[in-house]
Amino acid sequence: MTEGRLRIVRPGLLTTVQDAGRWGHQALGVPVAGPMDPFSHRLANLLVGNPHGAATLEITLIGPELECDAQTTMVVTGADFDVLVDGVVVPSATTFSVEPGTRVRFGRRAAGARAYLAVAGGGILTAPVLGSRATHLVSGMGGLDGRALVAGDELPIAAAPTPVRPRRAIGLALPAKGRAVLRLLPGPQIDWFTPDALSVLTTTPFQISTRSNRMGYRLEGAPLLRRREDEPISEALAFGSLQVPAAGTPILLMADRQTAGGYPKVGTVISADLPVAGQLAPGDAVEFAFVDRAAAAAALIARERQLLRYAEPASS
Amino acid sequence: MDVRPCGDAMILIELDPVVDAGVNAQAIAIADELRRTLGPGLRDVVPAYCSVGVHFDPLLTDHVALERAVADVVARLPRSEPATRRAPIEIPVRYGGADGPDLEAVAAWAGLTVAEVVARHTAREYRVYMLGFVPGFAYMGKVDASIAAPRHRAPRERVPAGSVGIAGEQTGVYPIETPGGWQLIGRTDLRMFDTARAEAALAKPGDTVRFVVAPGSAVS
Repeated sequence: MTEGRLRIVRPGLLTTVQDAGRWGHQALGVPVAGPMDPFSHRLANLLVGNPHGAATLEITLIGPELECDAQTTMVVTGADFDVLVDGVVVPSATTFSVEPGTRVRFGRRAAGARAYLAVAGGGILTAPVLGSRATHLVSGMGGLDGRALVAGDELPIAAAPTPVRPRRAIGLALPAKGRAVLRLLPGPQIDWFTPDALSVLTTTPFQISTRSNRMGYRLEGAPLLRRREDEPISEALAFGSLQVPAAGTPILLMADRQTAGGYPKVGTVISADLPVAGQLAPGDAVEFAFVDRAAAAAALIARERQLLRYAEPASS
Repeated sequence: MDVRPCGDAMILIELDPVVDAGVNAQAIAIADELRRTLGPGLRDVVPAYCSVGVHFDPLLTDHVALERAVADVVARLPRSEPATRRAPIEIPVRYGGADGPDLEAVAAWAGLTVAEVVARHTAREYRVYMLGFVPGFAYMGKVDASIAAPRHRAPRERVPAGSVGIAGEQTGVYPIETPGGWQLIGRTDLRMFDTARAEAALAKPGDTVRFVVAPGSAVS
């Protein structure tokens, strides 16, 4: 039931349609894609009363300008942008009403890298591919023609016949001054690395290279050396896998990662910290700390509690 | 068999670390059975050459429950390799010329004529071990050792969709235009992956593939 259009006046640096990801087809080589910061994506949907898998816009570093031709409610979460709705600044994680002709313009960004714009009534309604609207850029799948949005694009959006009551949330704590500590569980090939490499990994900062994208972040720093020369036989990869090619420069695998690969993995970022990783940009610094499974589980439950505070029905 | 955690949302079931049809068949059988029997919390099951990745929602299940489920599944699977599930998939290929810009280099590497390389590439049935790299890219093997030329040191920036390549003992078809380092010996018009079809992937893990010389091939 499409009742409105969201027109892209200016696209920003990299704006894509993302839902909870194209799960279930990795055996066919189909990457998952989905939001780089899954927490902020879900929070945006919760605040406008959408199911958590509804499609949002993921907005990267430089935001777009949009015009809506329907009456609905929206919210922006994640990176801290000045969001101007017909010229009036709306704080992050705060719902706002739009009327036909309303312009939503993203201005200065104070912190974080990626924002999520959700539309009430079910979100962005581009055609699903293999059950998902997530955009995977390399394979050109999902979203709008499998690509980043450009000026003039028009996105079908759901109708929101009942106004959503105004809501405001406390969003993700964004990395301050472009620095973050990401917690790791040991990777499946951690024993392939020298004790020195593990020490370097946990005591020195790495910088996110400009050669980073939605597939992964290349991390510049001291190389992580291995005990052995060979490579593992290609196997499945996780969101947050920290793989290390032979040169020793780690790559943190993100939302658009390949389904499988043949580099050894020294660690995996815990689920609770993936949203933080998704808020990092080239030039930012990252440090790693190993934790145990109990700490990973406790951190995830804490994150979930933070979200569930906003899980009440959005309309009365 | 070894079950290793890979973060808090995936486990890896690792079989013998070899590229072997029997081990691969076991990985695929485990994956199929897990997909059939595991309930809530399962996000995806990803068989590879000799392993199975199980992605799960860590709020709905955990390593301990999954490791138990995996042990149950493995215990009741038959040891013998299951029969091939589908007839061999035939892929018509135009070899050489503009369609296979590396065919002559592969022939030179092998010390064979281009026609002999084509004859050896089409002589075998290949097993699809796994899909990866991009949607629908099937890693197949094993290529006759005499034509198993290594991949290029520097990948091409653009490999056209449908290109048929060799990389060591692996062979495969690029489903979409991407960068790629395989030795390109020919090209097919078949669409390896098409989400408009009921079954998007033409070749799936465990399938058998045979390449045949297509009309219009520069070399046959």
